[in-house]
Amino acid sequence: MAGYRYTLGQLTYRFKDLAEVMAKASPLRSGDQLAGVAAATAEERVVAQMVLAELPLRTFLNETVIPYEQDEVTRLIIDTHDAEAFAPVASLTVGELRNWLLLESTDATVLQDVCLGLTPEMVAAVSKIMRNQDLILVARKCEVITAFRNTIGVPGHFSTRLQPNHPTDDLNGIAASIFDGLMYGSGDAVIGINPATDNVAQTIKLLNMLDELITQYDIPTQSCVLTHVTNTIEAIERGAPVDLVFQSIGGTEVTNNSFGVSLAILQEAREAALSLKRGTIGDNVMYFETGQGSALSANGHHGVDQQTCEARAYGLARVLDPLLINTVVGFIGPEYLFDGKQIIRAGLEDHFCGKLLGLPMGCDICYTNHAQADQNDMDNLLTLLASAHCQFIMGIPGSDDIMLNYQTTSFHDALYIRQLFGARPAPEFDAWLKQQKIFADSGNKLLADKLPGRFAAALPHHGGQS
Amino acid sequence: MSHQEHHLHTDTWQQLRELTAARIGLGRVGTSLPTSELLKFQLAHAQAIDAVHSPLNGELLCEQLAALSYHQQPLTLHCVKSEAEDRLVYLQRPDLGRKLSEASTYSLQELREKELFDLAIVIADGLSATAVMQQSIPFLTALLAQLETSQPAWTLAPVAVVEQGRVAIGDDIAQALNAQMVVVLIGERPGLSSPDSLGIYLTWQPKRGCDDAKRNCISNVRPEGLAPAKAATRCLYLMESARAKQLTGVGLKDRSEDNVLTDESGQGVFLLRGT
Repeated sequence: MAGYRYTLGQLTYRFKDLAEVMAKASPLRSGDQLAGVAAATAEERVVAQMVLAELPLRTFLNETVIPYEQDEVTRLIIDTHDAEAFAPVASLTVGELRNWLLLESTDATVLQDVCLGLTPEMVAAVSKIMRNQDLILVARKCEVITAFRNTIGVPGHFSTRLQPNHPTDDLNGIAASIFDGLMYGSGDAVIGINPATDNVAQTIKLLNMLDELITQYDIPTQSCVLTHVTNTIEAIERGAPVDLVFQSIGGTEVTNNSFGVSLAILQEAREAALSLKRGTIGDNVMYFETGQGSALSANGHHGVDQQTCEARAYGLARVLDPLLINTVVGFIGPEYLFDGKQIIRAGLEDHFCGKLLGLPMGCDICYTNHAQADQNDMDNLLTLLASAHCQFIMGIPGSDDIMLNYQTTSFHDALYIRQLFGARPAPEFDAWLKQQKIFADSGNKLLADKLPGRFAAALPHHGGQS
Repeated sequence: MSHQEHHLHTDTWQQLRELTAARIGLGRVGTSLPTSELLKFQLAHAQAIDAVHSPLNGELLCEQLAALSYHQQPLTLHCVKSEAEDRLVYLQRPDLGRKLSEASTYSLQELREKELFDLAIVIADGLSATAVMQQSIPFLTALLAQLETSQPAWTLAPVAVVEQGRVAIGDDIAQALNAQMVVVLIGERPGLSSPDSLGIYLTWQPKRGCDDAKRNCISNVRPEGLAPAKAATRCLYLMESARAKQLTGVGLKDRSEDNVLTDESGQGVFLLRGT
């Protein structure tokens, strides 16, 4: 491998391999600095971007950032590459790909056709030389539609995961947050609980409760308990009502080992969930979460920058045909994404890369209290992602997750987006909200003024309330 | 206050707040957050940020610790530092927060005794010095009292108080002191509603580079979460099991723990009562 070089005036910059060009071309973030792979100077970063822009896309098929022999994600990416779909862009460089993506004639159909011809590394590479507005504009053109009991990703629609977490998994505490969320029109992507106690018995108990709820109220949505995939497989074996299989995944084999998963385990889980045939209008049964920095955190980055590792995770996800995948962009902490600026950039990159690879991307727009970020940063990213047609966001009461101790988007935040962009929930869920009289029938109001009788009657000690 | 706010649409399910500490039933103006709730949130976030950045008052903490005793002996205390020189470095370089500074390492090595210590206790600021200042004294008071009844008796190394420390710094400290097990008390990442939460980590035969899967953790130790005295009971239980099995981590998972957080009340869920 001869490496790459670029001469600027008196100075010649050298990069030993593709991974180094990619890492140094990445917009600045603390995780790449922590890994020691970031550009040393602002100039070196732009030089790396110039080198990257000149690279033919074919380079990524001939040179892998992590060796084929060592990593099953690399093998998956190379082995599933579709040469026919790649043909329209096969002669382009990374810089030319950016230009091509921005053409007005490159529309949803063109992008769908080329999708399987693009590898995660190609998509990560082009994102590094795109500005935020480019990332938004191209992502907005991508159409990805998935279905289980409702349809996610229809243009003009915007979904939310209702996340009713409770620090001790108290069923009534969880139900209280679900009630609040439903009354604010949240929960069409999934009603998904992060369990505080992560074992099979607890998982089954929570699944039964959610199943009963969805059945009793005929809610056109799906449930999920976000436990380890092996727990979910066991729950299925024990006859539990599993709608979606959840798992956190990363972009390298070592990272996935640290999560206790492999492609084979994920495929097994998918088969198990499909065998239950619980989806009424579609059979997308997987729900994945990802996030930049996980590979470094697991000591599994192989010198590859965190954004490229993240895109590789999408490469893994797409062979499993998920209903939902979201990047948990600010959860990991300031050692990976230092402040609001870095979190916003990462959120836009992840959404763009996922969408271009054909995935139903959502985003957990979030931050922790030790990051240099606040609600205004979240408002910015939320508004930008909604304008880029992000499929779904999280919805929790008042932005405060009292179990996971971080802040993400609230039920109110989703309604802000509905007002701003006129975006409705998934069509089936939207119809249910109107039928239940949670959403107003008409007029200029989104929510009905009065609590529907059926839900008022469900409140404990009803009648005692003024 | 919120009831007096103009233009507010009140949620009529506020009674559900008895069931959870989550911010439910906030009401709305249009579809947005009412002013009073917006400001309450800002205050909670400000307090959480302050908890992250508030320095550890080592002097005050040591004064309070010095009042504690173990088998009629006052605790021996030692203040140490990690390799992260300040908070900004600490936040961006977790690797430095895990390493004991060279000077601190030498000073602890001076405190070694001929025999291995059974236990080293480490108190580290972590991400919330507030949590350490508020919970570590009640927790340790309870733990030391219970520890005195544990047989065979545990020998206790000098207690290390650490600035800019992460969990793994306990490994360096235990190695420097020559201790068989380390219990690290550390301020957890502050939540919006819990800026004062302490975490307890146990590691058997700690050494640098120790895998996190080889530790046991008790989290959310604060009056509104797991009460410090209860946490101490659980900590001693894990310590005794660790000593018996000669390990900590995944292999130590006790069955009773699985049920601790589970709601076993068996009572119905309000939303699911017959419609």
